[in-house]
Amino acid sequence: MSRIASLLLAASAFALSANAETIAITHAKIETASAAGTIEDGTLVIKDGKIAAVGAHVAVPSGARVIDAKGGVVTPGLFAASTDLTAVEVGGVRSTHEESAKLGAAFDVQYGINPASTLVPLARQTGLTRVMVTPVSPRGFGGDQDENVGEEFTAGTDSEGVAASSLFGGRAAGVVLKAGDTDPVFAPKAAVAVDLGDAGARVAGSHGAALQLLKTALEDARSYGKRRAAYENGQTRAYSLSHEELEALQPVLAGKAPLLARVHSAGDIRQLLKLAKEQHIKLVLEGAEEAWLVADALAATKTPVIIDTEQDLPQQFESLGARLDNAARLEKAGVLFAISGSRSFNELRQARFNAGTAVANGLSYAAAIKAVTVNPARIWGLEAKLGTLAPGKEADVVLWNGDPLETTTWPVTVIIAGVEQPQGSRGFELRDRYLHVNDGMPSAYH
Amino acid sequence: MAGVTLLLLSGCAAMGGDGAKPVAAKALPKGLDASANPDPFPSTYKPLPGKTVAIVGANILTATGKEIDGGVVVLEGGKITAVGAAGTAVPQGAEIIDGKGKWVTPGVIDAHSHLGVYPTPAVQAHSDGNEATDPNTAQVWAEHSIWPQDPGFNRARAGGVTTLEILPGSANLFGGRAAIVKNVPSVTYQGMKFPGAPYGLKMACGENPKRVYGSKGRSPSTAMGNVAGYRKAWIDAAEYMRKWDEYHAKVGRGEKADPPKRDLQLDTLAGVIRGEILVQNHCYRADEMATMIDISHEFGFHVAMFHHASEAYKAADILAKENVCIATWADWANFKMESLDGIEANAAIAHKKGVCVVIHSDDETITQHLNQEAAIAMTAGNRIGLNISKADAISWITANPAKAIGILDKTGTLETGKAGDLVVWSTDPFSVYAKADKVFIDGALVYDRFDPAKKAKSDFELGQPGAGEFQ
Repeated sequence: MSRIASLLLAASAFALSANAETIAITHAKIETASAAGTIEDGTLVIKDGKIAAVGAHVAVPSGARVIDAKGGVVTPGLFAASTDLTAVEVGGVRSTHEESAKLGAAFDVQYGINPASTLVPLARQTGLTRVMVTPVSPRGFGGDQDENVGEEFTAGTDSEGVAASSLFGGRAAGVVLKAGDTDPVFAPKAAVAVDLGDAGARVAGSHGAALQLLKTALEDARSYGKRRAAYENGQTRAYSLSHEELEALQPVLAGKAPLLARVHSAGDIRQLLKLAKEQHIKLVLEGAEEAWLVADALAATKTPVIIDTEQDLPQQFESLGARLDNAARLEKAGVLFAISGSRSFNELRQARFNAGTAVANGLSYAAAIKAVTVNPARIWGLEAKLGTLAPGKEADVVLWNGDPLETTTWPVTVIIAGVEQPQGSRGFELRDRYLHVNDGMPSAYH
Repeated sequence: MAGVTLLLLSGCAAMGGDGAKPVAAKALPKGLDASANPDPFPSTYKPLPGKTVAIVGANILTATGKEIDGGVVVLEGGKITAVGAAGTAVPQGAEIIDGKGKWVTPGVIDAHSHLGVYPTPAVQAHSDGNEATDPNTAQVWAEHSIWPQDPGFNRARAGGVTTLEILPGSANLFGGRAAIVKNVPSVTYQGMKFPGAPYGLKMACGENPKRVYGSKGRSPSTAMGNVAGYRKAWIDAAEYMRKWDEYHAKVGRGEKADPPKRDLQLDTLAGVIRGEILVQNHCYRADEMATMIDISHEFGFHVAMFHHASEAYKAADILAKENVCIATWADWANFKMESLDGIEANAAIAHKKGVCVVIHSDDETITQHLNQEAAIAMTAGNRIGLNISKADAISWITANPAKAIGILDKTGTLETGKAGDLVVWSTDPFSVYAKADKVFIDGALVYDRFDPAKKAKSDFELGQPGAGEFQ
């Protein structure tokens, strides 16, 4: 067994037994992501899994384990606003995919979450502590590949895919990345995901038809919700969705869960905002490359968006207006937004760099920090528990050896729900195995 | 090449003298003899108008291992004419650019790009990067698929990219010829072609060819089928070369000779054997890289670079010994089995073990941030104490790709006599906040972040809602 693996095991054992540990991080530059802003030289106290105190003049409780940050930066744990982490292990291996199904809106991703994913420790190594796992509509790209393979073009597969069976991806689930947690879903059924735009057109025939199909689905679900008894007796008209899907949409109609809509063009966004107003539903938009063109309407309707701030190319005709200053313009207009990386493996590290790139393109630093911490929590209705370094919040805390948005920094300490997480990952084990092999024995013995 | 042409011409002249002998060695029309016409789509690239420029006071990374604080770079006549410390002489009349607080590096070179051949918008009509109809399409040339209006070229330039190798995709064992272009706006690809740069040959190991053809019920459908496919092709190429050599020898002796039929596919492979075309090999796994090296020994060619090379850190000793470069991402991995073991420290470990390391994009977005990718890869090494300096790591996106694609004698470093290809960065290019302020190609200012007149838009971007980003 490698040295790192032993350390990992030891650390896990330690972590599991350390739930009630009191920790004080001192001499830290604390980015609270809250109204308290930045504390240049402060102390953060963690007790019973929660943040107990934070500030420039906070006393270290007796018996607390002290971590001297030595000027390092402390942030809330990063929160990936929409990802397939824990639902896809290897993009090119179909059997490891749990992020899409043929159940339409009824599909609930929580049952396929893999807490043992080797990508989770890697994700923690980039400061992520929570993720919203959001299913996608089944898209059936050529062969046994799918859209998670970064090479779908250059490998010679059909980039445009084949007809999907449903607009709906299904129900999303919030997952905590805590080591050893065998039941990491903390926010099941947090949203229902729907793919509009080009993806929706592959189901419905056109962008507009996808919106019509969505409208029909919502109206059917509303009708069903009022006539459940009649439905059971076969006394309603035929609905466009299965019984399970009609049920799955009830929380959306009741305003208890948002509809996560993947949508890209300004035109589609405008139509969707109208539909949401008419149907009295809450929206969260993902993609939204042209959100800056409808920023005022998004702000007025308090519609949040999840954007990838590296997107600046006219990838499709529905995103001709993609610009690097999308985030900066949304900030100016007062839109609530989260910054993501790509949905899949790249998100392990890209979101914080994308936030940095957004700063280079006009976004304020404070907004960039919020866009990867508290804003995802707010978007998913979890702000009361998560997202900021304020007393009473779950202690998801990351200590960085410098600016968390920089390419040259990394997390030194990651704490989730008050528990310091083990360092190490399969990637680190591979790294260390090959770094110093010179005793004549194959690397397999190291 | 020129020698062969002369020989043919002289043979022709001799025959034409008395007209009595049978026409034994009449020169072939040039399209029928590869050696008579190695450059049928010649570059028409001309450097854009430039002035004499001196950048003074910037932090300079030369990509020769040096970092110069507050130094001077002079561009004159399209070339770098001076690089040095503060006080280096500046020619009279030179336009002075204040480099205080800025950083200067060679122009970024992306050794693995599909811009133009898989342009945006990425619609089916633009899907020109893979001739996925046969496992060996060494006869196709990526340049014939380049759409020069791809907006991606402009975005890449705004990220400091001055030179790109445009490759065919990886569906085939032999994907075709790669072309090297200067990243200048042009109506034709010939207007971008890097004068004097060699061609590349895209080869692909592993999962892609066997999946693409296996799913069609054809060979290759397995890794061993892949290898049989490569070997057969090199055997065919040797036979083809022998026939042409015999033909040229006979013609040279004035004997009657029937010319072999020209074969564009075998021409490309023959160019590799002759050392004129550089093998650019998509290959992820350590064991597969070792197999490809054995094949190169078997048939007498050299692999210039393994692309993607997720497991380079496992094969670093072999790669260093064989003088094969590797091009990889900072940490793009885990998307299929052959990339499963890709780690962030891949580039750093390979570099420390003496491998020529390149950070590439293979992506229209990453190409805009290759400086960030290099920074992330460098940091992964420094996290484990490998102490990789910025002065070294900058070569991963400048000098090393230039070496691997065969243009290091022309560009890739800040040295006197090299092309005036450089970037003035707003700050340390290894910072996430760095932006390319000014980009020069052959001494001409081709991008200026603060001057709308120096932000090229492609025809496609006119009248579009994003206004080419640069409004």
